[in-house]
Amino acid sequence: MLRLMAFLCGLLFGSGLLVSGLANPAKVLAFLDLTGAWDPSLALVMAGAIGVALLPFTLAKQRARSLLGAPIQLPTRRDIDRPLVIGSLLFGVGWGLAGICPGPAVTLLGSGYWQAYVFFAALLAGSFGYEFLERRQAAAALVRS
Amino acid sequence: MTIDWSNFTPGSALLGGIMIGVAVSAFVLFNGRVAGITGMIASQLQPEAEGRLEKLLFLLGMAAAPLLWSLANAMPAIAYQGSWPQLLIAGLLVGFGTRYGSGCTSGHGVCGLSRLSPRALVATLCFMAGGFATVFVLRHWLGG
Repeated sequence: MLRLMAFLCGLLFGSGLLVSGLANPAKVLAFLDLTGAWDPSLALVMAGAIGVALLPFTLAKQRARSLLGAPIQLPTRRDIDRPLVIGSLLFGVGWGLAGICPGPAVTLLGSGYWQAYVFFAALLAGSFGYEFLERRQAAAALVRS
Repeated sequence: MTIDWSNFTPGSALLGGIMIGVAVSAFVLFNGRVAGITGMIASQLQPEAEGRLEKLLFLLGMAAAPLLWSLANAMPAIAYQGSWPQLLIAGLLVGFGTRYGSGCTSGHGVCGLSRLSPRALVATLCFMAGGFATVFVLRHWLGG
C-alpha cells in the first residue's frame, strides 16, 4: 500500500510539474530573468503548493504515525551552517544555467528529449561526487581519531 | 522590471502548484515522508538507504507522468536552452549543490517552507539568489 501510494504521489507530483510549467526549462529561465521580460508564473506554483501543504504538514508534525501506520519522519535540524548556504548557492547557479531542478530532471526523463538524459547523468555524477568526498572525509576523520 | 504578460500563465501555474501541494501532503500523511527529490535520488546511490524502494517508486511515478500525459493530451511546451556542455555543467552543479545543501526546490522550497523550517527558508533564498544572479549574468552581462 505504501509503495502504491508512493508511486501515485510521484505521478501526481510529476503531472503538477508538467501542468505548472516548472518542467519547461525555458519557462523557469523566464521566471529567473528578473530584469528581462519577467514571467512571474512560477511564483504562483510555489504559492499554490505551499498553500495546500501548510495544514497537512502542521498535522503531520503532531503525529508519530502516518494514516497508513508508517513512522512520520520529518527533518529535525534547525541550524544554519555553511554547507546549507554554499550548497544551495551552487545549486542556484546550476538552476540558472539550465532552468532544471532535480524534480523536473526526473520527470523530463519520461519526455524523450536527449537533453534530459545529459542533464540527469550530470546530476547523478554531481551527487555521486558529493557522496565520494563525504565518504573520504569520514574515513579520514576515523583515521585521525 | 517588465512583466511579460503574454507568457504569464497564472491559472495553470496555480493548478500545477496545487497538484504538487496535494502530492507532497498525501506523501507525508500516508507515507510519513518528506517529498524531497534530492534525498530520493541520493537514496538510490546508497545500497543501504532506508525506504529505498518507496523512494524509487515515487521517482518512477514522476518519470511516468509525461508518458501518461501523452496518452491523453498533447505534451505541454518543453524548450531547452543552452548547449550540451552548459547542460552538463548545470547538472553537475545541481547534483553536487543539492547534496551539499541537503535539498532542492521540493524538499526545501515546498516541504520545508510548508513546515516553516528556518533552514529551508535560508536554502530557498540562496538558490533563488543563485538562479537570479546566474540568469542576469548570462543574459544581460554576457548577452548570451
